[in-house]
Amino acid sequence: MTSTQLMFLLFSSLIIVFSILTVTSRKILRAAVYLLFVLVSTAGLYFMLNYQFLAAVQLTLYAGGIVVLIIFSILLTSYINHRFEQVGWKKSLFSALAAIAGAILSIITILDYRFSATSEAAKEVDMHLVGKSLLSVGDDGYALPFEVISVLLIAAMVAAIVIAKKGGPNKTQSQNLKQ
Amino acid sequence: MNAGIPLQYFLVLATVMFFVGVYGFLTRRNLITILMSLELILNSVNINFLAFNRYLYPHKLEGFFFSLFVIAVAAAEAAVAIAIIINIYRRFTTINVEDVNEMKY
Repeated sequence: MTSTQLMFLLFSSLIIVFSILTVTSRKILRAAVYLLFVLVSTAGLYFMLNYQFLAAVQLTLYAGGIVVLIIFSILLTSYINHRFEQVGWKKSLFSALAAIAGAILSIITILDYRFSATSEAAKEVDMHLVGKSLLSVGDDGYALPFEVISVLLIAAMVAAIVIAKKGGPNKTQSQNLKQ
Repeated sequence: MNAGIPLQYFLVLATVMFFVGVYGFLTRRNLITILMSLELILNSVNINFLAFNRYLYPHKLEGFFFSLFVIAVAAAEAAVAIAIIINIYRRFTTINVEDVNEMKY
């Protein structure tokens, strides 16, 4: 077994074990930390595939941004020591059956399909190429999705502020106080 | 580079991760844990895109940029979802999906 295979084995077992722990842990803060481990191991897989830039994005945006956001909202909405009640065996059993059936079906299809790789030379994805592709409009240019995603990010930011800002019941409370 | 690791290994790993996320999505009753299952699902799809890009079309960049955009959409989605969750918590003082069953308050 070569070292690459060993690394792959390590990362994939980390991902599988911690993703199962993420969806079954009965303490919500622990589930968030297990999710962090899953995302960091995924970044390791991206390094193995030689996509260094995407691994860095994964580490900063997913592991750094989204997990911190989730942990903040956990601290705002739940007690730390709160334990979820046990999932009912019926729901657990049928969900597991659905998931395992889907997984077996997909895995059989994947192992059955003959993938054919191209013989063209591999392109090294460095920062220079990523920046040029993101802002060019010709072949291999991604200017339009880049602009769309920037509009989406602005819309999401405005929407998040509008939804989460104080209003609704608090306003009526202050009106009641005035009356 | 990736000697000894066939493409199928990555795909099977992503499939297992995806369906673990689906299991969590079906069994969890807390909005934040449902959101975490959703992140697992999105992440597994990203692994698929990158593995296809590296193994089958290494001279192109489609999979790379698609997963970049998926990560951006996931970040936007998490921000909006958490704003909604905090607003729900403020009104109902719970984020259990079974207790939050009125749309209009």
